[in-house]
Amino acid sequence: MALARLRADLENLVQSMYKEGVLDNQFAQIQALQDESNPKFVVEVVTLFCDDAGRILRELTNHLSQSDVDHYKLDAYVHQLKGSSSSIGAHRVKLACADFRQASDNKNKDRFQEALDRIKCEYYLLRSKFQTLVELEQRISACETNQQLQNAMYGGGSTQRF
Amino acid sequence: MGMATESQFHVLAVDDSLIDRKLIERLLKTSSYQVTTVDSGSKALEFLGLQEYDPSNPNTPSVSPNINQEVEVNLIITDYCMPGMTGYDLLKKIKESSSLRNIPVVIMSSENVPSRISRCLEEGAEEFFLKPVRLSDVNRLKPHMMKAKCKDQKQEKPEEDSEKPDQLLSQQQEEEQQQQQQQQQPNNNKRKSMEEGLSPDRTRPRYSGLTVV
Repeated sequence: MALARLRADLENLVQSMYKEGVLDNQFAQIQALQDESNPKFVVEVVTLFCDDAGRILRELTNHLSQSDVDHYKLDAYVHQLKGSSSSIGAHRVKLACADFRQASDNKNKDRFQEALDRIKCEYYLLRSKFQTLVELEQRISACETNQQLQNAMYGGGSTQRF
Repeated sequence: MGMATESQFHVLAVDDSLIDRKLIERLLKTSSYQVTTVDSGSKALEFLGLQEYDPSNPNTPSVSPNINQEVEVNLIITDYCMPGMTGYDLLKKIKESSSLRNIPVVIMSSENVPSRISRCLEEGAEEFFLKPVRLSDVNRLKPHMMKAKCKDQKQEKPEEDSEKPDQLLSQQQEEEQQQQQQQQQPNNNKRKSMEEGLSPDRTRPRYSGLTVV
């Protein structure tokens, strides 16, 4: 029963993320690309995204703290983050990035800071849920491997342990 | 170059974003294409055999057309916004090259800018995909590769292949019909922007292998 329970937990987590608008339909596209030949695809993409986003946010914070803000650089970083959020389905992070770029059109430093804080806020929220998601995926994967081993030992799934 | 009909089509994907490269690679492999990914336009040109391209001097003549090119590339799909050489610059370089101009090129962009789209199409891009790219977009690539292959075959053997192009054409027509059925937007040849108003409840994600016992 452990495996079924884990899968249900994962499904519930993902559904709640959709409901809150934290994820959008693009994430479903990513899930759909995971299969037996690429069983860790979701975890890989999520991990890549988080590493990349973390790096960009550090750079943004760095650049914004300087007295002479390089707007071009800021915009380039946020553009990158917006792109990768869009590709993974990180809906609210993407929207926060769009807001940042609007603030940048007005070149108002206070609004920049606000907008950057919002991006961080949305990102940390997402990251925490992604961490749970990754854990669940990994536990499911371990369970499945275990089950496959058991099937191999006891022959063709005739004895299913719950 | 091999005339093997069973060989896979080979797509070269160019994107500076690691995540997007991973995604496009998976999408292409799912569609049974052989894939090479590179992270810049200059690396793409290098891979294609224009090895002496010098990004700081855009007027360097392209050399070594096919001598070092061991792998045939059937389509190039490139991001538009890249540091250094943009996708548009890459497209131009390809179309200016006598050895590469027949390779179909598709542009991807996260931004829906009509002037950008028309500029790329005018320069010879076959399609313009709005990011994030989906499987339905990748399904549109085959006819372009088939058409190019057919053109190549015609150029190699002008007499023998007088029948083949027709067969390929009807295959193409079948593919196009299939794609029209699969397409979500009826009059859309190039993907225009869509409002992200999709309600997540409508499309329940399906994990492969997810069964609730």
